[in-house]
Amino acid sequence: MTDHVLSWIVFFPLIGAAVVLILPRSQERAMKLVSVVATFVPLLLAGWIYLNFDRSTPELQFVEHYPWIRSFNIYYFLGIDGLSAPMVLLTALLCFLCIFASWNTDKGIKGYFSLFLLLDTGMMGIFCSLDFFLFYIFWEVMLLPMYFLIGIWGGPDREYAAIKFFLYTLLGSVLILLAMLALYFATEPHTFDMTKLMAARGSFVGPFWKVVFIGLFIGFAIKVPIFPFHTWLPDAHVEAPTAISVILAGVLLKMGVYGLLRISYPILPEATVWFSYPLVILGLINIIYGALCAMAQKDFKKLVAYSSISHMGYCLLGMAAFTQAGMNGAVLQMFNHGTITGMLFLLVGVIYDRAHHRDINGFGGLATQMPIYAGMTSLAFFASLGLPGLSGFISEVLCFIGAFPVYRTITCLAVIGIIIGAAYFLWTFQRVFLGQLDDKYKTLPEINARELFTLIPLGIIVIILGVYPMPMLDIMRVTLGNIISIVQP
Amino acid sequence: MDCIQSYVWIVPLMPLIGAVINLLLGRRLGNRVVGPLACLTVFISFCASTLLFLSLTKLPAESRSFTNLVYTWVLVGDFRAEVSFLVDPLSAVMILIVSGVGFLIHVYSIGYMHGDKNYSRYFGYLNLFVFAMLTLVLGDNLLLMFIGWEGVGLCSYLLIGFWFEDKKNAIAGMKAFIVNRVGDFGFMLGFLLLFWSLGKAGVWTIRFTELSANAHLLSAGMVTAITLLLFMGATGKSAQLPLYVWLPDAMAGPTPVSALIHAATMVTAGIYMIARMNFLYVLAPSAMTVVAVIGAATAFYAATIGLVQNDIKRVLAYSTISQLGYMFLGVGVGAYSAGIFHLMTHAFFKALLFMGAGSVMHGLSGELDLRNMGGLKEKMPRTYWTFLIATLAICGVPGLSGFFSKDEILWKAFSSDHGHWGLWLVGVLGAGLTAFYMFRVVFLAFFGESRTDKKAHESPGVMTIPLMILAALALVGGYVGVPEVLGGHNRFHHFLTPVFDRHTEVATHAHHSVGLELGLMVISVVVALAGIFIAYQMYIRHPEHPKALAERFPRLYNLLLNKYYVDEIYHAVFVRSLLGLNNLLARFDLGIIDGAVNGSAWLTKITAKWSGWWDNTFVDGAVNTTASAVISGGSVLRKTQTGRIQNYLLIAIIVIVVIMVVKII
Repeated sequence: MTDHVLSWIVFFPLIGAAVVLILPRSQERAMKLVSVVATFVPLLLAGWIYLNFDRSTPELQFVEHYPWIRSFNIYYFLGIDGLSAPMVLLTALLCFLCIFASWNTDKGIKGYFSLFLLLDTGMMGIFCSLDFFLFYIFWEVMLLPMYFLIGIWGGPDREYAAIKFFLYTLLGSVLILLAMLALYFATEPHTFDMTKLMAARGSFVGPFWKVVFIGLFIGFAIKVPIFPFHTWLPDAHVEAPTAISVILAGVLLKMGVYGLLRISYPILPEATVWFSYPLVILGLINIIYGALCAMAQKDFKKLVAYSSISHMGYCLLGMAAFTQAGMNGAVLQMFNHGTITGMLFLLVGVIYDRAHHRDINGFGGLATQMPIYAGMTSLAFFASLGLPGLSGFISEVLCFIGAFPVYRTITCLAVIGIIIGAAYFLWTFQRVFLGQLDDKYKTLPEINARELFTLIPLGIIVIILGVYPMPMLDIMRVTLGNIISIVQP
Repeated sequence: MDCIQSYVWIVPLMPLIGAVINLLLGRRLGNRVVGPLACLTVFISFCASTLLFLSLTKLPAESRSFTNLVYTWVLVGDFRAEVSFLVDPLSAVMILIVSGVGFLIHVYSIGYMHGDKNYSRYFGYLNLFVFAMLTLVLGDNLLLMFIGWEGVGLCSYLLIGFWFEDKKNAIAGMKAFIVNRVGDFGFMLGFLLLFWSLGKAGVWTIRFTELSANAHLLSAGMVTAITLLLFMGATGKSAQLPLYVWLPDAMAGPTPVSALIHAATMVTAGIYMIARMNFLYVLAPSAMTVVAVIGAATAFYAATIGLVQNDIKRVLAYSTISQLGYMFLGVGVGAYSAGIFHLMTHAFFKALLFMGAGSVMHGLSGELDLRNMGGLKEKMPRTYWTFLIATLAICGVPGLSGFFSKDEILWKAFSSDHGHWGLWLVGVLGAGLTAFYMFRVVFLAFFGESRTDKKAHESPGVMTIPLMILAALALVGGYVGVPEVLGGHNRFHHFLTPVFDRHTEVATHAHHSVGLELGLMVISVVVALAGIFIAYQMYIRHPEHPKALAERFPRLYNLLLNKYYVDEIYHAVFVRSLLGLNNLLARFDLGIIDGAVNGSAWLTKITAKWSGWWDNTFVDGAVNTTASAVISGGSVLRKTQTGRIQNYLLIAIIVIVVIMVVKII
């Protein structure tokens, strides 16, 4: 298994999906168990990769390279480095936990779990593939199950949200496709191989490539999402079932930033530098605008969705500066945001399952009734608002430290985000958990063991990476240093 | 003995262990275990702190400093932060105060919180508070200090809102954290600016020792900016103008928590930070002036509010703000050791005052209003005597701890190169007000007739014994810093000198005479005694006077009673406008941005509809027309297809005839 560990990670969930489809409709429990196995094995493999990952080199590791479509010079080319390894780890972990978060799905078990596993394959494929064509295929593969998962298993307005998500992302895909073809035909011999495209980066200069960069950027910006391409996110989040929200925020949003760092940065460095100022401005807008919008929300889930927009802004701020601290901060922020926001969506799901609404002003005093739940929520809230000692703080402060030497005024303005962040999270906490308990909530059951099981691993990671972030920083440092030296030689 | 130097981490770790155990297992362990366990962990910290202090005194004065590296916390590029603890005279004094006073507050809490249903949660938070504060003062770099800095903010949030069933308490906790965050904004910017500007000069570091050694590389303007930004952080944490507003509300928490926040932890953090960063402040005289002026202004301003408040804890809260103002005045004029000295004595008597007030509340089943007290002197003798000692100390009555520390600050405010007689004057007037409002509290609470029907009783020993220990400290704690002019050696000052010395702790004694120093001392004592005398006249001799005075000057009285309406102004200006902006942006997001998305979707749909119609009508129409033309043509033609041979022959003949005719013509 370890020879082709990446293939196993990518396709093991697909095997699981096939098994789920084969099982008779009545075997719901078996389907769930198969899903557990199909996501647990990749998690183990990701752990194995983490242990065997060589942290001292920017080279690609665990590479698999086979010809696929010879006539178009397309390869089945997988490999990971310090940029993708944390993402693979994050995806494996969140997918595993989300199976448990989906345990109580009541309709279409077979469809749900098979689509979920297909989604898992698509996401893993994106983070592992190094051939642009293969990357694009996985990018589209991921889209389809997401559409159905929101559109069928979502909330009341699910169809609108699903179509919006699908069309928006498709628009991005088209732009990415065009950019990909431009790159393909500009190289001789034509290639989709990212490493070869990177090597040919010297030839991608001039106005045309800036246009290509913009196309790619919009394609990825929709995923991040970057203002003003963000409005699909609150709708998709609100309508999606809990586990899918977790995947959306935890993994899908990372693909945008990942794409920028994997493709735009090293292949089009000239345009990247050219675009760095707009990028950091957009980052600032994301941080402040997202936070202010979050504060105005009355729907708990929408609030978390807008807070995601704000937090992804820190990534942009950090990565636009091309400094060690900023770049590491940005990628660490991707990972931390995945775990913290994952927790937040799981927590919203817990209360929604019980009270059947998410109106922040409709709660109050829940800490009396559900103290453990309140404790877990406060951990996630404080991690999200950047309390020192928890993981979110380290990545935020690294983004600040990295961006400050390059963009002083903008970084100063971005730091305002920590005030607004504290304000909306604490205000929400006060409205939901503190004060007098309403009589109608006196029967709400405390968070149960299954729900705690999905939250505690994330909580532990949040604490450990706050106290000792080096295990994650060590993995990414060398690779990101290499990307910086490519962008700014 | 010196092996303790590699175990500095025990000091903060112990309360952390206590917090984790109490929060996770507290309910299962039961109250019998929780309280003593919490106290024990802090006591171990105190013992370790004492050992560290002793091992420090054994070293020669100039080498009294060591660090204890635990592990590398963050290392990215040029940025390196370690979990590493610095013990020098400053932090040694601080950990003694924090763990010592903290321990007494823990013991007192066992009695005070007896029977509370969230007993273990309370002690968990309390331990966490002490942990955060110890980390703050022991951290050897800015980032680790920031962990403690925000950690105390977190704990104050948790403890102020401890009884969160009451929405008011929850909001007070939230207010404390958010106002602190506003200050942290400044702290963070100062931190970024310092790290970057020193890095540009070639030194990438955030460790205090290295910062101090390289501070001279910074330009004057840069240092001023950095120090002012850091000071902004201090005004938040230490409740100075204009960010003091959270502290009076912070008494929503249990009273021992107020003692902890006001005395041993939290609010002293700002003073400590500036003292720790003294090497920067001495390079920025204008920033020092700002610190001193804000300090003096706050000292006076808060004292005026304290004059008329009726809630005993609220009076004490404003007195804390005022006393912190004195400390800032001290560090602002370069008298760092005087500021820390006052921090220490204040920790003793302010903890005592709060715990005394708590004891009164305990005895009167939660009564806070001074107007409903009176005559408690006989019923609560221990509380009375200890409270009185603390009051005498805070008023600066000669011989008690507060006298020595406050007077040193006032003298330095007058005589230091950074000082000014105006600062001294404001300080002295504030001292007079302090004496007045503190004795107002004593007279209203403990003297006269009882104004309540509640049966007052003395608190149990677990509460009064800490009071007595603190009273002893408030009595004699000042003798470690008796100034030379009174024949002392000011050992406190000399002990701290190595931390502040490089920057010459501003040579003051040279150009001022002993007579002047004594003369000013006498003036401030006279002013304080005058304050006490007026309070005696107004509240013992002529109890009807205060009311008459309030009626005579209703505007002034209401202005003070309502705390200059600052909360209302802040709410209107900041909170309301922020909420307005939020709603505006949310509407913008939904209407314009998302509107554009939906609009383009709508446009696409309309276009699709039109093109569908076009397609149906014209394109498809053309196709259909062609088709129907073919069909109708066919049906016309079909009529020719009669199937009769004769007709075909006829047609064929006609055609041939026509062709022939055409050919011939």
